[in-house]
Amino acid sequence: MIELTINNRKVSVPEGTTILDAAKKLGITIPTLCYFPNQKTKANCRVCVVEVDGYRTLQTACSTPVAPGMVVKTNSPKALEARKVNIELILANHDARCLECSRNLNCELQKVANQAGITDNPFESVLVMQDIDDSSPSIVRNPNKCIKCGRCIEVCRDVQGLNIIDDAGRSADMGVVPTFGKFLNDSNCVACGQCAVVCPVAAITEKDEIGVVWEALSDPSKRVVVQTAPAVRVALGEEFGMAPGTPVTGKMAASLRALGFDDIFDTNFTADLTIMEEGTEFLTRVKNALTGGKATLPMITSCSPGWINFVEINYPELLDHLSTCKSPHQMLGALIKTYYAKKINVKPEDMFVVSVMPCTAKKYEAKRPELSVDGIHPDVDAVLTTRELARMIKQAGIDFVNLPDEDFDNPLGLSTGAADIFGVTGGVMEAALRTVYEIVTGRELPFDGLHVKPIVGLEGIKEATIKIENPVADYAFLDGVEVKVAVASSTKNAKVLMDQIAAGTSPYHFIEIMGCLGGCITGGGQPRSADPDVRIKRLGGMYSVDEAKVLRKSHDNPYVKSIYEEYLGAPNGHLSHELLHTHYNKRGKA
Amino acid sequence: MKTKNEIIKTLVTKRCGVIKPDSIEEFIGAGGYQAVVKAFSMQPEQIIGEVKASNLKGRGGAGFPTGIKMDAVLKAEGSPKYIICNADEGEPGNFKDKYLMENDPHQLLEGMIICAYAVGASHGYIYIRGEYGDSMTALEKAIADAKANGWLGANIKGSGFSFDVMVHSGAGSYVCGEEFALIESLEGKPGRPRNKPPYPTTAGFRDKPTMISNVETFSNIGIIVNGGGEAFKAIGTETSAGTRLISLSGNVKNPGVYEVPFGVTLADIVYGLGEGAPDGQKIKMVQLGGASGPIIPPELLDIRLDYKDLADEGISIGSGAVIVIDERFGMMEILERIMKFFCRESCGKCTPCREGNRQILNILNKFIACKASEEDIKNLTSICNVMCLTSFCGLGQAAPTAVLTTLKYFGGEYTGRLAAKS
Ligand SMILES: Cc1cc2nc3c(=O)[nH]c(=O)nc-3n(C[C@H](O)[C@H](O)[C@H](O)COP(=O)(O)O)c2cc1C
Ligand code: SF4
Ligand code: SF4
Ligand code: SF4
Ligand code: SF4
Ligand code: FES
Repeated sequence: MIELTINNRKVSVPEGTTILDAAKKLGITIPTLCYFPNQKTKANCRVCVVEVDGYRTLQTACSTPVAPGMVVKTNSPKALEARKVNIELILANHDARCLECSRNLNCELQKVANQAGITDNPFESVLVMQDIDDSSPSIVRNPNKCIKCGRCIEVCRDVQGLNIIDDAGRSADMGVVPTFGKFLNDSNCVACGQCAVVCPVAAITEKDEIGVVWEALSDPSKRVVVQTAPAVRVALGEEFGMAPGTPVTGKMAASLRALGFDDIFDTNFTADLTIMEEGTEFLTRVKNALTGGKATLPMITSCSPGWINFVEINYPELLDHLSTCKSPHQMLGALIKTYYAKKINVKPEDMFVVSVMPCTAKKYEAKRPELSVDGIHPDVDAVLTTRELARMIKQAGIDFVNLPDEDFDNPLGLSTGAADIFGVTGGVMEAALRTVYEIVTGRELPFDGLHVKPIVGLEGIKEATIKIENPVADYAFLDGVEVKVAVASSTKNAKVLMDQIAAGTSPYHFIEIMGCLGGCITGGGQPRSADPDVRIKRLGGMYSVDEAKVLRKSHDNPYVKSIYEEYLGAPNGHLSHELLHTHYNKRGKA
Repeated sequence: MKTKNEIIKTLVTKRCGVIKPDSIEEFIGAGGYQAVVKAFSMQPEQIIGEVKASNLKGRGGAGFPTGIKMDAVLKAEGSPKYIICNADEGEPGNFKDKYLMENDPHQLLEGMIICAYAVGASHGYIYIRGEYGDSMTALEKAIADAKANGWLGANIKGSGFSFDVMVHSGAGSYVCGEEFALIESLEGKPGRPRNKPPYPTTAGFRDKPTMISNVETFSNIGIIVNGGGEAFKAIGTETSAGTRLISLSGNVKNPGVYEVPFGVTLADIVYGLGEGAPDGQKIKMVQLGGASGPIIPPELLDIRLDYKDLADEGISIGSGAVIVIDERFGMMEILERIMKFFCRESCGKCTPCREGNRQILNILNKFIACKASEEDIKNLTSICNVMCLTSFCGLGQAAPTAVLTTLKYFGGEYTGRLAAKS
């Protein structure tokens, strides 16, 4: 342990601790801007400077390790003045129109500027306005807001393994730009939005669709239907000051109703449906493979559009491995505009479907021409991220935290616990196994609490083996077979499993891949968080929602059963194929 | 007035202009490579002990004690270890490293071999400023000859010690002279400084222990090994040992590279060696070290060349440039040129340097246009101070030195240009 003094108070911390963390232990918060939990030290904003006895220069608290006997002053006049000047210098090169900015009141630069007591900036603006890159349907880059902290570069390069954006140029011309091509849409960006989650300011954001949604809501000729993805319910509360991982399903449904949506449905419903479709598809492939037919294995899940972008761009020759299932919200959009439209006697073109998603890539996905019920009208008309929904709730003046719980509407609002865990890495696989194992053996999946332990958790790549014994007669060919499954999250980890497939060495039958590390709970549309444990807390939230349900297996969802009886026929049947399945495009690299 | 011969002391430059630089035979004939032979008969700790005793400080600008640096590399865990010679010499007004490389290239190699042996390094690089084509040619020839004669390569002169050196052409930006930016550049990445600690001595090139030193620093090592640390320490002053190579330029009659012992005065250099301003002009100011150095009035030229004496006045001579400016030049225009240089050369990584240089330039332009206010003096001072105090690397920390020192010594030039109050 190392003892030092901060603001006249003694503190002992382990060797290697930074001044920033040591101060935190004393309850002293030093303002930071480029620092981000779980990222490498950048030390480029120079906002966290403190005075350390014996040093001519000020030291950055985020990067300086403590030393025995060190004497630190975090609030000396010299440190305060320097901090203020550095923030003023940033502001002098920033398009600081906060009132017209999506980050207003939720911005790290604004926060530190306020803490530093900046009232008027003595430095003249040197901002040279540059074009905004809104070429991508998912992500908008606004260089006029960028403070060059480098967080986005690191997440794209080190977490996603992509390096789509990087710093370029020197001095005043230094900027963060796509490494390939001028616009994001010309690059190999997968639209995952991880860069937008870590950006401290409004320099990288989701493409805002709040406007079109308000417009639809105020159009009396439109029946506006909303659906919410599993992961939204354990994160939305954070935008209103609630602890990460707190399930807010009831408040979310209530707030959507208060916003004026006509039907409040749950993407979870089609998550259950996905299990029926994907499970059937998997069993068909396995049967073909084991009975001498042709089948492409491993089969890979297809519900994460960032992952689909990644595979279309980087492994166009391996697209046959993908399940042909549309992602759950696209399935639901298709059912809303066909099955449900007919049921309530509204013309599909008068329906407006809004998906609330933890994901920015869903915005791109919804614009794919092939994801349309009739080739003209898209399955889904607008996609809001969790953050955008929170902004709408705030705009409407809804007191979210104190809303009484309400339910989803039926029939497309009921789901099992299997659907909830679609929101975490390993969850889709577990949900599929809960159903497939039972179809094959007639028995419940033999895991404590139905959780497939080896694939639960935040590791980037996980695997499990399930041995089939005493199957029912239809699946006798599976007797004694060890089904090998793998789970990967983040495109960087996906690459590892894909390279195995490309090399012909993949030992797996079934693979779940999600484009973002940890799964949808940390998708690119989720609330930004400075909590280093935010992933694990949201993960806990997802499993708790699952466990709180009576029905925990997709095939037990009564409305799923009835929609097959009433409308779709059998899983993977003709109508299913038309409405619930899709094909992929060999895009290749830019 | 002292005569030139009384001011000059040739130690590091003793062979310059005397031997043919491209002749290894003449170098050896003039005592070259003997220090290597002597070093091989010593223990590494002994050699480092002599360097420590010599009180040699790095000649690249920061003046860090070379013996302590070598000790850190010797004791650092990890292999291989590397030796890097910083020959980027990108600071305007400096040209003494070029002079040494082109006039006595083997002396540099000799120093690098000894240091490599002492710290246990097996590979060396000389990172030479891109514009220095002749220096590169000279060193490549010297390396080839040294190899052919067994002074470089495997098992040097039967000692069992092996060491190789390669020349690397610089990427052309000033910040690449900063040790970590240089290392990044050598690794093929954009030249941007790294966070410290760790220092290069523990995690430098390819994250391995690395001794990175200036051309002139290495060129002193053979002299220390031959004559011993104590003898070296006796040259110069109590607080500064040895000699310095001075790059004298600007408005002087005799510009050029001069070697002087510590202890001579700046006036000795400017008037004694440079013979003052030409054409009967009066000296207005002298900038020390280069673009990032202090600008002082002629009245301060009586200061001795000595780390402590200069530090007492709050200034330093950096890597040894002395730039003389006579009264035909306007201070503001000179400052403008300096700040434009830093605006161009900042790598853009950290806030104070990326944003501060151009703010300084903007404010200077107000003074040039005689439109400045008292407030501008205050803002200028505050940016300069914050850049010194908080910039990520030495470039941003030193960039405002010229402005800060002129605010101190030539305050009238600023107040004289305030906008007339109406
Ligand atoms: C912006 C900047 C440029 C520098 N340029 C040089 C240079 O051209 N040559 C040099 O030897 N040191 C230069 N330095 C100093 C080096 O970082 C380092 O301190 C030096 O190479 C160490 O060698 P020494 O101990 O022999 O002085 C520069 C430092 C900074 C901050
Ligand atoms: S990014 Fe932050 S500081 Fe900049 S305009 Fe938006 S809210 Fe204001
Ligand atoms: S959206 Fe994802 S892939 Fe695209 S730049 Fe951001 S982090 Fe990289
Ligand atoms: S875009 Fe955002 S995260 Fe990226 S460098 Fe700029 S401010 Fe930082
Ligand atoms: S001070 Fe900062 S911006 Fe300037 S060169 Fe150094 S790291 Fe780059
Ligand atoms: S937070 Fe420490 S330098 Fe940016």
